[in-house]
Amino acid sequence: MSETQSTYNYKVVRQFAVMTVIWGIVGMLVGVIIAAQLVWPELNVAPYLSYGRLRPLHTNAVIFAFGGCALFATSYYVVQRTCHARLFSDGLAAFTFWGWQLVIVLAAITLPLGITSGKEYAELEWPIDILITLVWVSYAIVFFGTIAKRTVSHIYVANWFYGGFILAVALLHLVNSAAIPVSLTKSYSAYAGVQDAMIQWWYGHNAVGFFLTAGFLGMMYYFVPKQAGRPVYSYRLSVVHFWALIFTYMWAGPHHLHYTALPDWTQSVGMIFSLILLAPSWGGMINGIMTLSGAWHKLRDDPILKFLITSLSFYGMSTFEGPMMSIKTVNALSHYTDWTVGHVHSGALGWVAMVSIGSIYYLLPRLFGKAEMYSVRLMTVHFWVATIGVVLYIASMWIAGVMQGLMWRAVNADGTLTYSFVEAVKGSYPFWAIRFLGGVLFLSGMFIMAYNMFKTIAGGRTEDAPVLAPAGHHA
Amino acid sequence: MSDFVNDFWNFYVIVIVLASILACAVLLFVQSKGKVSQGSTMGHVWDETLEEYNNPMPKWWSWLFYLTVAFGLLYLVLYPGLGTFKGVLGWTSVGQHAAEVAKVDAQVKPLFEKYAQMDLAAVAADKEANEMGKRLYLTYCMQCHGADARGARGFPNLADSDWQWGGEPAQIVETIANGRNGIMPPHGHLEAETIRDLANYVRSLSGLPADSVRVAKGQEAFTASGCAGCHGPDAKGMAALGAPNLTDRTWLYGSSEATITETITKGRNNQMPAWKEFLGDAKVHLLAAYVLSLSTGGAAK
Repeated sequence: MSETQSTYNYKVVRQFAVMTVIWGIVGMLVGVIIAAQLVWPELNVAPYLSYGRLRPLHTNAVIFAFGGCALFATSYYVVQRTCHARLFSDGLAAFTFWGWQLVIVLAAITLPLGITSGKEYAELEWPIDILITLVWVSYAIVFFGTIAKRTVSHIYVANWFYGGFILAVALLHLVNSAAIPVSLTKSYSAYAGVQDAMIQWWYGHNAVGFFLTAGFLGMMYYFVPKQAGRPVYSYRLSVVHFWALIFTYMWAGPHHLHYTALPDWTQSVGMIFSLILLAPSWGGMINGIMTLSGAWHKLRDDPILKFLITSLSFYGMSTFEGPMMSIKTVNALSHYTDWTVGHVHSGALGWVAMVSIGSIYYLLPRLFGKAEMYSVRLMTVHFWVATIGVVLYIASMWIAGVMQGLMWRAVNADGTLTYSFVEAVKGSYPFWAIRFLGGVLFLSGMFIMAYNMFKTIAGGRTEDAPVLAPAGHHA
Repeated sequence: MSDFVNDFWNFYVIVIVLASILACAVLLFVQSKGKVSQGSTMGHVWDETLEEYNNPMPKWWSWLFYLTVAFGLLYLVLYPGLGTFKGVLGWTSVGQHAAEVAKVDAQVKPLFEKYAQMDLAAVAADKEANEMGKRLYLTYCMQCHGADARGARGFPNLADSDWQWGGEPAQIVETIANGRNGIMPPHGHLEAETIRDLANYVRSLSGLPADSVRVAKGQEAFTASGCAGCHGPDAKGMAALGAPNLTDRTWLYGSSEATITETITKGRNNQMPAWKEFLGDAKVHLLAAYVLSLSTGGAAK
């Protein structure tokens, strides 16, 4: 066994972990800017800084740059530690890091320039799509290659979720991004009309289901039991909710197209599977939160557990809200309003960001040879600032969304609309201001984290940990 | 039209939807039968400390899962979902929309009928009718003519007493019901100097400062170039053609010499859309009365 094979590859984990924090700040800063533009429209100073171009930059940056880096960092760490083997290929792993950073930089350049394919959460044009494909195939090779060379017989549950996420995202990206290029910066979708819309939302909802759910459940299944020091609550539950989750998510897309040109039967099927998705989603929350049973006292002074358990609470809340919003009669009120925006952020900030932040706090000291983060107190401050930010954000969007929905449908005795559209916009201003404040708080938390991170890194060692021999229970 | 090119796809959808829903229940049922033991682990250890309990799935959670599956199956009996099967209730989204529209139409019909029989000028003087008319205006008209009905460049001011297509009740109804297409033909074939002369003449008609030499030449050109054909020899316009009065102070596009020169050289093409089919006669009647009330003072003043 050579020298390099006897350690875990922590270098790529360190790179992705640090960039998670950096891109988190960038993506959320853009989010705060567009939130401010809604309150003060005069902030749309130039075309490339206008709301319409910055909004896709925000979504791409937080989902794929912040969320993506968190998933790469944790999956590379988890797959090595739970397979008791070094990554399958250091070279390919390095390529995924630099390739993914290039994708992000290209997104940050092209989107403000107005270069877009116009598909939500898949706005990047075809040359960048090809680069994403190359990076993703390399990622799959490194991940599954490491699984293949594991020195334990059983594959740990976290890896099922990471694996499912990697395979599904490959499928989604390839099908949805199919396009006919007309120049280096312009292409047209391979699909037309309602089929295009259906493919788009099959992709869009599974971007939520696999990129933002399955991948982060993988994270949860490693870091929650590790930090709690307790076994996972129920193996049986993890089996059922894993298969049910990855199976039913694939059907849920049509609920984004209720009351449109999509045939009624397709809408119904999408709605039914969205409702069936409730129990499989909650399976993950139950398994995570119940893992802590018997160790609840640890929540009191462990900020990492605070982040992880709170994230599961938000996950449970938004996966209850989602199926409810997929019911046609509820959707008739909530669709196209800020309620949807609030729902997305209870998932994105409350679940995805919180579980990532907790996991990265767990990783940083271990990656840089420290016993713990530079300041545990600042982690607690970060937790409270972030939590208050999320609550302000979600609550204001709920109120604004329901208000907009009710105003749009209100009619006078003579059948005319009670409110013109602009009156609903005017009524939303106070809530948009509160949302902006919530966003500023959450972003401030990320700055606190960055400070804590650089202080922890300063003077740290960057040695890779030795590969551990599996526990001897097989012998 | 069927959503399926042939019956195969219909059955394909039915089978795969039912099988997929049932598969969820089967997965849960089969896994519930597995041997569990509260509080003991599965016996595997990863990364020094990671273990899994062999606890049973929570009962309430399993029942929640079964309940959603049962709801899904029941829903497919009642509503469309299984291919071309329409569901026992016969519900469609198009049908729901039509029913809601019909219900509201039936409710509001007497309200509008009441005014549809009345003379337009009388409706214009009715306070309640004006409020209804204003709500219609704020829904359908303000996007172009503005919330205060004072128009914008290219969109006529409805609150003044100037009428491009005539201000008689019948003319206003005609404008809203069937729309108008106002065309000022381009006169780029004229000498640039002649066009400037014309512009100066048109300005002088409204009492605006103008070059007196050009005004004199412009007056000749006005007749010679055919302007009088639409705007009339006295330049007071012709409502039947929508040709504006050039002697007043109302300007749809602007009164500067440069703008008038542009209007003459390139012409103008302006369209008021027709609303009869979308709104129906009764609502058009009420809207026309509201517009009339804006210039006559109506009931509100």
